[in-house]
Amino acid sequence: MQFKQIGIVATILLASLQLNAQNIDLFSEQSNNQSPDIVTGTFKSTRVVNGQSIENVGAGVLDFRISHRFGAISQGGYNLFGLDQATMRIGLDYGLFSRLTVGVGRSTYQKQYDAFLKFKILQQQDGERFIPISVSYVASSIYKSMKEATTTYTPYASDRFSFAHQILIASKLNDYISIQLSPTLVHYNLVDSAKIPNDFKSLGISSRFRLSKRVNLTSEYFYRFDKLAGYYDPLSLGIDIETGGHVFQLHVSNSNGMTERTFINETTGSWSKGDLCFGFNITRAFGIRKPKELRGINW
Amino acid sequence: MKNIVKIFTVIIALLGTQSLHAQKVYATKTGQLFFNASGGIEKIAAVNNQVDSKFVDATGQIIFGVLIKGFKFENQLMEDHFNENYMESTQFPKADFKGYIKNIKEIDFSKDGKFPITIEGNLTIHGVAQKVNTSGTIEIVQGKPTIMGEFSVKIKDYGIKGLYIGEKIANEAKIKVNCKYQN
Repeated sequence: MQFKQIGIVATILLASLQLNAQNIDLFSEQSNNQSPDIVTGTFKSTRVVNGQSIENVGAGVLDFRISHRFGAISQGGYNLFGLDQATMRIGLDYGLFSRLTVGVGRSTYQKQYDAFLKFKILQQQDGERFIPISVSYVASSIYKSMKEATTTYTPYASDRFSFAHQILIASKLNDYISIQLSPTLVHYNLVDSAKIPNDFKSLGISSRFRLSKRVNLTSEYFYRFDKLAGYYDPLSLGIDIETGGHVFQLHVSNSNGMTERTFINETTGSWSKGDLCFGFNITRAFGIRKPKELRGINW
Repeated sequence: MKNIVKIFTVIIALLGTQSLHAQKVYATKTGQLFFNASGGIEKIAAVNNQVDSKFVDATGQIIFGVLIKGFKFENQLMEDHFNENYMESTQFPKADFKGYIKNIKEIDFSKDGKFPITIEGNLTIHGVAQKVNTSGTIEIVQGKPTIMGEFSVKIKDYGIKGLYIGEKIANEAKIKVNCKYQN
């Protein structure tokens, strides 16, 4: 009887022994890295064509941007199809944090100075935590420094300011297609007459379509709910080309302004009349401040 | 009475063998992996601070896993290009290594010290697996091991294509691993 008991205990122990002696197999385990799968590269640059895209400049990166807009192709051969005439903007954008970009610029058009800040409120994510869209807020102010032609009225400094507020809602649908909606409010401190409102609402619709790893097609259209008479809705089509540290953006547009008030509300050209302007943006990114993960590493 | 003694002897004997066979898994989720593929003047280097790694002391089995998007570059644009143009990280979000520490038996985990190790296994990057054979060190401080290693991978072996490989980007990327395990 007691031998039987010994036998039972021994079997149980042997069984548990075998269980324990079984090799732990790490190869069959599913590793589960939990870090959020952030969607990157919704657009290839911080601007779609003229307007802001959802992309921010990386933290600690200074982005030097030169934008050129030539005259209308419809001007004909005498002006070499608009190439004789050009407006340009030089700008510096800096990524204070990964979600916050600030920038300043100067355009030759109306001798405008502009400054903006862009803050990413929501970041598109895949995987564990699924967020289908990114949302950013952009505030910009534009100062027109060109002297007034009129002599009957001396404007206050504040009269020269206009402001733009934008909410950018973007989604990278897949590696090939991204879309963005940009509800926009432009406020003019001074308009030409009392009949004209100071606030102008519009909705921007932008897209990116990937042709190859380094070449993307872009489009940008702003529908104006409040229209200034004599101006048109801006529509631009562009190609983004990436080469190492640069992004080249080439485009045709009926607008040749580069600040929100100018290209959204004061577009003089019309696509139907062939008033298309060729333009390009060139950017170069400089690393100013190292990300904290990379400090103190001896490569 | 005699029988009870016998039972206990058997139990103790069996328990003894059991503890001999017990396996211990060392793990970390915050290992570091450095990557350097500078080919010219421009530094093309990144760090990943979220390396997931485990190893078993009895068998020497070891695994590493990283998310490609977890690599941090100095230049955001470079990071975007790394993910989109070279690593295609939406298609191949992970790189991993599965292999063995071949001389695990020589390591005494109860003593502080540094031991050389050789590791052999399969490294999968960009969906392509290749055999890797490398050496490194394991350092034990108060029972906690740290594994350090350095090796190079030929970028083209893993089916990674791009304009600048062999120019601005070196043909071989240097990879440094530094994982401090908890037990």
